[in-house]
Amino acid sequence: MDADLLLKFIRLTYTGFSEGALLGLIALGLVLVFKSSDVINFAHGEFMLLSAYVVYQVMLWLQGAGVTDLLLPIALLIGVLAMVGLGVLVERLILRPLIGEPVISVIMVTIGLTNILQAIVGAVWGVNPQSLPTAILPIEGRFEIVIEGARRPLFLPYEGIFMVVIVLLLVGLLMLFFRRSKYGIAMRAAADDQQAAMSMGISIKTVFAFAWSLAAIIAGVAGLLIANLTNNVSGDIDNVGLRAFPVIILGGLDSIPGAIIGGFIVGMIESYASGYIDPSLKNVIPYIVLLVILMIKPYGLFGQKRIERV
Amino acid sequence: MASEMQCGVFHETYKSDMQVRPTTMQRARIVLAIVFALALPFILGSVEMRIVNGVVIAAIGAIGLNILTGYTGQISLGQGAFLAVGAYASGLSSVYFGFPWWLSIIFAAFVTAAFGMLIGIPSLRLKGLYLAVATLAAQQIVQWVIINWDPIDGAIDGRTTDALNIPNALLFGNPEWRLNNNEYAFYFLGLAVLALVVIAATNLFRTHIGRAFVAIRDQDIAAQVMGVSLFRYKLLAFALSSFIVGLAGGLMAQYSTAISFERFTIEVSIEYLAMIIIGGLGTIGGSIYGAIFIVLLPELLRLLGRAITGTDTDSIRAFNSLLPFLQQGVFGLAIVLALIFEPEGIQKLWRNIKDYFRLFPFRY
Repeated sequence: MDADLLLKFIRLTYTGFSEGALLGLIALGLVLVFKSSDVINFAHGEFMLLSAYVVYQVMLWLQGAGVTDLLLPIALLIGVLAMVGLGVLVERLILRPLIGEPVISVIMVTIGLTNILQAIVGAVWGVNPQSLPTAILPIEGRFEIVIEGARRPLFLPYEGIFMVVIVLLLVGLLMLFFRRSKYGIAMRAAADDQQAAMSMGISIKTVFAFAWSLAAIIAGVAGLLIANLTNNVSGDIDNVGLRAFPVIILGGLDSIPGAIIGGFIVGMIESYASGYIDPSLKNVIPYIVLLVILMIKPYGLFGQKRIERV
Repeated sequence: MASEMQCGVFHETYKSDMQVRPTTMQRARIVLAIVFALALPFILGSVEMRIVNGVVIAAIGAIGLNILTGYTGQISLGQGAFLAVGAYASGLSSVYFGFPWWLSIIFAAFVTAAFGMLIGIPSLRLKGLYLAVATLAAQQIVQWVIINWDPIDGAIDGRTTDALNIPNALLFGNPEWRLNNNEYAFYFLGLAVLALVVIAATNLFRTHIGRAFVAIRDQDIAAQVMGVSLFRYKLLAFALSSFIVGLAGGLMAQYSTAISFERFTIEVSIEYLAMIIIGGLGTIGGSIYGAIFIVLLPELLRLLGRAITGTDTDSIRAFNSLLPFLQQGVFGLAIVLALIFEPEGIQKLWRNIKDYFRLFPFRY
């Protein structure tokens, strides 16, 4: 009996950890956009959706054209390019005219974008889930955990741990990018003080475009990871995007470590709540925790307090 | 008295300065609007009236949201939750307590106002995006309660559906005038409530309370310095706004035979936000124009599509499968275009048109 409970705990922790990594990744994209351009992108989930569909479509075409080698790398490359294009396009066409407008306008414009992208995806690919021609992460197998006294052994698929590894790898790369590369430092400068950055010769427009493309690529990776997890591409991907909002608020809108830590916290809470209390709680428990935390810390756990001057 | 060409403010008495509609043209337009609204049911059939009633309910809800978001600047993604509280308060009170419909709607408004104040408490410390996501939390929690808490839905009548069935409501006890069956009976009720709400809201912003709301929106710290109690007025804004939204929710419940959570999702919250954005933030007229626009938009697209496809069955079928995406896409596009090209919404466009004719042949 105790052994069974222990196994359940291990299973829930494992699921929570891998889902948390995913949520952290999604939140990372949102934070990146917010830090550079003060916009919370409600269409982030649709970016994920779109990238998964684009990669899926390219894979289908390549398969139709008889390409078998390098199917995945080519598809991923085109997916990344498409995401960069989307990021730049959205920034240029939709968000730049709204610089300096009130918060609600910026929120609503990304919500409008959400509807447009959903409509496009729905009109082009329909509403039924499409299965991927080949798996994106070719990982088979699972851990087997046996504890004496347990009724049956516990199987944990490798995918979960790989997801955590990929996410941590990406975060490491981003950290390196922000600390070492010229563009990364320019982005940090722009996030810190736009006018000072401009006077140092940094092009804010380039920085914005860069941040949006980067966020779109991160969204694309997240979308593909979800598609890989479920083995098909469907409209459900953008619902996962909605689950990232408690994460960014929890961690603080402008904190990259906050996004990752918040992701793990929310992933764990979701997993434990749905495992121990009620599965239907999964979608609502992050919001309850969020409300409690916001009562104590109005800018999230790691968010920067804004000092206002009248 | 008032000249045909108005080229400045020439009030001579305080009374004329305080008038809501000082010029003859404005009064003429309001009379025309009333006549038009009263004439509608005599022109339209019951199918069209069903859509018109949707507009009336949406307009009431949009005015409520506009008080909170447009005038006080507190962004709410929880409109669907407020509507749900109103609708279920009205529905449950008529099922459990046997309230007559009018009492249940008033009860719903008060319950929703209390709920709004509860949700408003975090607003004292939260601003902008953080508050928006906190209201999103309210939305998710209310939706979860509706879906998962049995006494609220089908468990009452022992049916398996997840909907709350609402007893018939008769206007003035007349069996001919069943609110959920007779579109015309409901229209006059809805119109009366809308008129009351419009009058109340318009006058609200001529009092110190309304001005305090606007001051909080424009710069809350400055408002506080000038002696506006942020806590009291933000809570009051939430309460007044949700009171009106609760009226809309109650009307919605009494107009339907059954209500279920699908009608109060996050998409509904977004629709209402779209109404006040496209109509015009911080204007009463804008809320109504926005409600008309957002409710009629999908219907117009459907009619337009029908006209283009003609009678060919294949193209009709192709169009029908595409229609939901077309409606969604145009909805999104309307929001984006409105924000980029006319952030002040239809209200501003309408004012521009009026100004053009009022000042003709001069530009200003």
